[in-house]
Amino acid sequence: MVTGIQPLAPAAFRDAILGGSARLAALFGDGSKLLAVLADGHAGTIAVLATEVGREYPALTPELPAAHWFEREIFEQTGIVPRGHPWLKPVRKRADATGFYRIEGEEIHEVAVGPVHAGIIEPGHFRFQCHGEDVFHLEIALGYQHRGVERALVGGPNKRTIHYMETLAGDTTIGHTTAYCEVVESLAGVAVPARAQALRGIALELERLANHTGDLGALAGDVGYLPTMSYCGRIRGDFLNMTALLCGSRFGRGLVRPGGVAFDLDAARAAELDRRVEQGLRDVTVAADLLWNTSSVRARFEGTGTLTAQACLDLGLVGPAARACGVERDVRHEFPSGIYRFFQVPVSTWHTGDVFARAFVRWLEIQRSVAFIRDQLKSLPAGKTRVEMKPLAPNAAAVALVEGWRGEICHVALTDAQGRFARYKVVDPSFHNWFGLALALRGQQISDFPLCNKSFNLSYCGHDL
Amino acid sequence: MLKATLARLQQGHRTVSFPKGTPTLPDRFRGMPVVDRSKCLDGCRECMEACPTDAITTDRLDLGRCLFCAECVAACPQGAIGLTQDYRLAANRREDLVLPEFKLARALDEKARKLFGRSLKLRQVSAGGCNACEADVNVLTTVVFDLGRFGIQFVASPRHADGLLITGPVTENMKLALEKTYAAVPAPKLVIAVGACAISGGPYIDHPEQHDGASSVVPVDLFVPGCPPHPLTILDGLLRLLERV
Repeated sequence: MVTGIQPLAPAAFRDAILGGSARLAALFGDGSKLLAVLADGHAGTIAVLATEVGREYPALTPELPAAHWFEREIFEQTGIVPRGHPWLKPVRKRADATGFYRIEGEEIHEVAVGPVHAGIIEPGHFRFQCHGEDVFHLEIALGYQHRGVERALVGGPNKRTIHYMETLAGDTTIGHTTAYCEVVESLAGVAVPARAQALRGIALELERLANHTGDLGALAGDVGYLPTMSYCGRIRGDFLNMTALLCGSRFGRGLVRPGGVAFDLDAARAAELDRRVEQGLRDVTVAADLLWNTSSVRARFEGTGTLTAQACLDLGLVGPAARACGVERDVRHEFPSGIYRFFQVPVSTWHTGDVFARAFVRWLEIQRSVAFIRDQLKSLPAGKTRVEMKPLAPNAAAVALVEGWRGEICHVALTDAQGRFARYKVVDPSFHNWFGLALALRGQQISDFPLCNKSFNLSYCGHDL
Repeated sequence: MLKATLARLQQGHRTVSFPKGTPTLPDRFRGMPVVDRSKCLDGCRECMEACPTDAITTDRLDLGRCLFCAECVAACPQGAIGLTQDYRLAANRREDLVLPEFKLARALDEKARKLFGRSLKLRQVSAGGCNACEADVNVLTTVVFDLGRFGIQFVASPRHADGLLITGPVTENMKLALEKTYAAVPAPKLVIAVGACAISGGPYIDHPEQHDGASSVVPVDLFVPGCPPHPLTILDGLLRLLERV
């Protein structure tokens, strides 16, 4: 928590963002102010900066591509114009209201996909500029899932706040509720009991296990390899049921609450969870090994949708997508909070930047999450699982970073004179990564789009809020 | 090939016995609420004030708004509210979702059953869903629930579908796409609304960015409450519609 952020002069604000080695965890507008959260992974420090810009300022994007999406959002939410932004259009308005980037030429054709897709997935629109099968450019238009979450959070916390957090991105319930709780606990000066922190960690890793396993299955399905698709679809459910063992909900609804967790893990339940996690790993090992040892799968995964480490750094990618480019970026390692301050999870990377790497990093993380959970179950701290919350500090700010299964989740809260949210900013990892998918498609065959898309598996509602 | 065969043996048979056998649910599962109004203290409003979606009034509990979060259970000084293990929650009409009158879903009429009873193809539309309802609809297609054995299948095109399965509160930005998808389904058609959002708007009730659920846009034949509903709750609702349970 910090109080009284001293606004910098616009030039100093700009220099601080462009000059240092820290990455941009958040950049957003609040009235005529800009705020930035800079995360320096090597130093393990997080800085919050503010500046007063009025109606416009020189865009950061030409020098810092990672600011691209943030500056479009600032323009959309506040009307502040980042002057010189290369593609200034809203990020959440309906796509047909704005128009798309086009490549002209006799043999160029355009392919429009969505918002309603073939599978059971969320809506978004993809506009390809193609030459034959080859993709020259992909523009991704989102906003179909916009439910007005950030607007509704202002004036809180109230009885609906935690439910907004649980449904920001429903597959990341634990990740987002943990980030929210860390923010309000920091603002209230409340220390969460060690046992609750351990249980939050277990739930966060179970969420990672379920989603990573599901993704391996879906990737197998996208290349027509049905055994792994079928097994992982089922094992994913087994991991979801482990979360339900803990709290009754397969998605962790009702578990993480300000001040701790709402459910305890008794000895019998812990033993059952340990047994199931161990079995889950055995099952997923068999299913994943099939992927790595099947040449037709490898042929489709390898060299498809490749991003370089430099592109990853330029775009500010996070999570498995970044680690698959060989970039060691993991909040659990760089900015550990809660139980991760005491139990380190090794960072899993692979260097090839392609669909294979994004799949393989998930497999590495599955193994490490299981090891982490089993470690926790062996040494669960005794004591309470929840403490009473206190009022939030007035005129203060707090930032939380949590490594969700998709990557870095950033929540920023600014309180007013009454200790209510004056502004609440949510950055889902998808917000950083959608542009990475667009870039990964350049020069690819359009028929590889479903595979590339699944290898990122980004959230639509987490982006649209 | 040998590896794949051995893997197949290792994974075993995993399909649940439902609807023949009794399904196993986690012991902390939060299903159908029960309210004993006789225990209520005069003028007490604790449950109503705790409820994030105003699902509870002095004499009603609306499953269409309920998030099954149990805040009311925690708030009640008298222990008058409980959430049971009963996963059967689906209803045909919006008003049937309101306790104490709740009416479990009934089968379609004979003519509709003749059309859809042995082959029901659905197109899923997420209109602001958070991907939890979507995920637990998707899981019905895995070997665990094996939806195909009931003749129910999700298809890619609305033109191949007999109906829509809608999740999410229907955001303003998805309204047009939902209307177009509905129009593209050949009549006669069914609509199934899954989850608190698709029934009432859920946590997003009254937000101007959305439309408080699917029935604001299309007529709905089956409502499946929950946030998200358990896969068994969804499956139970579908099978009731087809008179398979």
